[in-house]
Amino acid sequence: MSTWQPSARELERRQVRRSLRRRSVLIATAVTVAVFAAVAVGLTSSPGWATVRSTFFDAGVARETFPAILDGLWINIKLFLICEVFILVLGLAVALARTARSPWLTPVRVLAVLYVDLFRGVPTVLLVLLLGFGVPALELQGLTNDRYVWAGVALVLSYGAYVAEVFRSGIESIHPSQLNSASALGLSRAQSMRFVVVPQAVRRVAPPLLNDFISLQKDTALVSIVGVFDAVFAARDSTGYLFNYTPYVVVAAMFIAMTIPLARVTDWLGRRALARERAGAL
Amino acid sequence: MTGLLEVSGLRKSYGDRVVLDDIALTVAPHDVVCLIGASGSGKSTLLRCLNLLEEIDDGVIRFEGREISDPLVDPREVRKQIGMVFQAYNLFPHLSVLDNCTLAPRRVHGISQSAAEAQARELLTRFGLGEHIDQHPDRLSGGQQQRAALVRALCTRPQVLLLDEITAALDPELVGEVLEIVRAEAAAGMTMVLATHEMAFAREVATKVCFLDQGRILEQGPPAEIFSDPREERTRQFLRRVL
Repeated sequence: MSTWQPSARELERRQVRRSLRRRSVLIATAVTVAVFAAVAVGLTSSPGWATVRSTFFDAGVARETFPAILDGLWINIKLFLICEVFILVLGLAVALARTARSPWLTPVRVLAVLYVDLFRGVPTVLLVLLLGFGVPALELQGLTNDRYVWAGVALVLSYGAYVAEVFRSGIESIHPSQLNSASALGLSRAQSMRFVVVPQAVRRVAPPLLNDFISLQKDTALVSIVGVFDAVFAARDSTGYLFNYTPYVVVAAMFIAMTIPLARVTDWLGRRALARERAGAL
Repeated sequence: MTGLLEVSGLRKSYGDRVVLDDIALTVAPHDVVCLIGASGSGKSTLLRCLNLLEEIDDGVIRFEGREISDPLVDPREVRKQIGMVFQAYNLFPHLSVLDNCTLAPRRVHGISQSAAEAQARELLTRFGLGEHIDQHPDRLSGGQQQRAALVRALCTRPQVLLLDEITAALDPELVGEVLEIVRAEAAAGMTMVLATHEMAFAREVATKVCFLDQGRILEQGPPAEIFSDPREERTRQFLRRVL
């Protein structure tokens, strides 16, 4: 097949395609630069810009408060990593309970529905307040009174309900023919779920799951309202005695730096899933 | 330059795999060109190239005398005039049969809703789908779905109809009802290029048959000649296996 040489027409066409590509790259660059320049000019030329710059973007304050805020951020990161594990387990368990068919499991199914309805309906910030202040006030024996722990439990309960619904939608999106063919091979319903349905469902819902985790990363900031010394609390502390809001910008930048890698992973997974689906389709 | 569609020197490859090699084909108005050949011989890819769904690696495709393989040609302008039907129907499951058929006429061709619906109803009724007009495609049998897909393609009043093995996914007893529409359109003078495994049908309706083998048109001519007295040994082998 190496005898083939592109014809003159084809070479000409490649030339045209190249220049079309060059043109679209040029347009993309020009438009992007223009839009960002316009935003920058619009911001810096606003009448209050000088005041805003000194109260929100003070480099000295940023440098000064950075270590304390970074210390606080470790609390957010730890909280996020620990909660994530519990949320995944709880979410999948609740989703499986909701899709269970056995009559013996009816109470479990009812509980799962109640749990999702209740905890998806209560604003997360209220859950954190109620558990963070309420449970320690009960003075229960054998349970910790650490507000950090209870704030974490509130996050797990709230996100567990969301994630359960994500898992459930994934499980229900798997075509019934998959369950049928698993049954035809003699697998029990539990085995069918474990080996056939759930693996496919998890793959399918990975992008929305990651989306929820990006949201969770941000919501770890809610623990500051029950007095846990996290990044946001540290920033608020600093703004209090420096009379300068730069620490808020610092903490916002840290959260962005934390979520962007996860967001890119989400995009990449989504694209990969799409490419795989498209590959077989005509 | 008498053809509606003219292909010369067409080449298409995926990486190192050459799928179409030096294809030359002329489709005159009112022609019914049948592409036959084993699976993987390049029939579907050729149809997809004609509709500009694939970027070709060499050669020229002309439609009504204009080179449409030119990168400066807007593929949508070309596809507006070429209809295509796929093996897997590809009806839109979220739309009723009627909405499937009026989507392109209304959104692409700017025909009014009432005119588009009147036309779609007329065609659907003519092809025996009158009672399924407002149903969703998944409620229909395979044969009915493929007929609806044919009507959807016809509703845009194409100059050429490309049919990609439209009966390959159907039960044998449903093939007939789909081919009936194709037969009617052929009799009405519609220009068509179809990839098919239905040899008897190809023999009956084709004005020209092309035998593809490993990405090349090995032999082409009137059906009587190709089916009764093929020149090439490969064609003879293929026909022995399928007839």
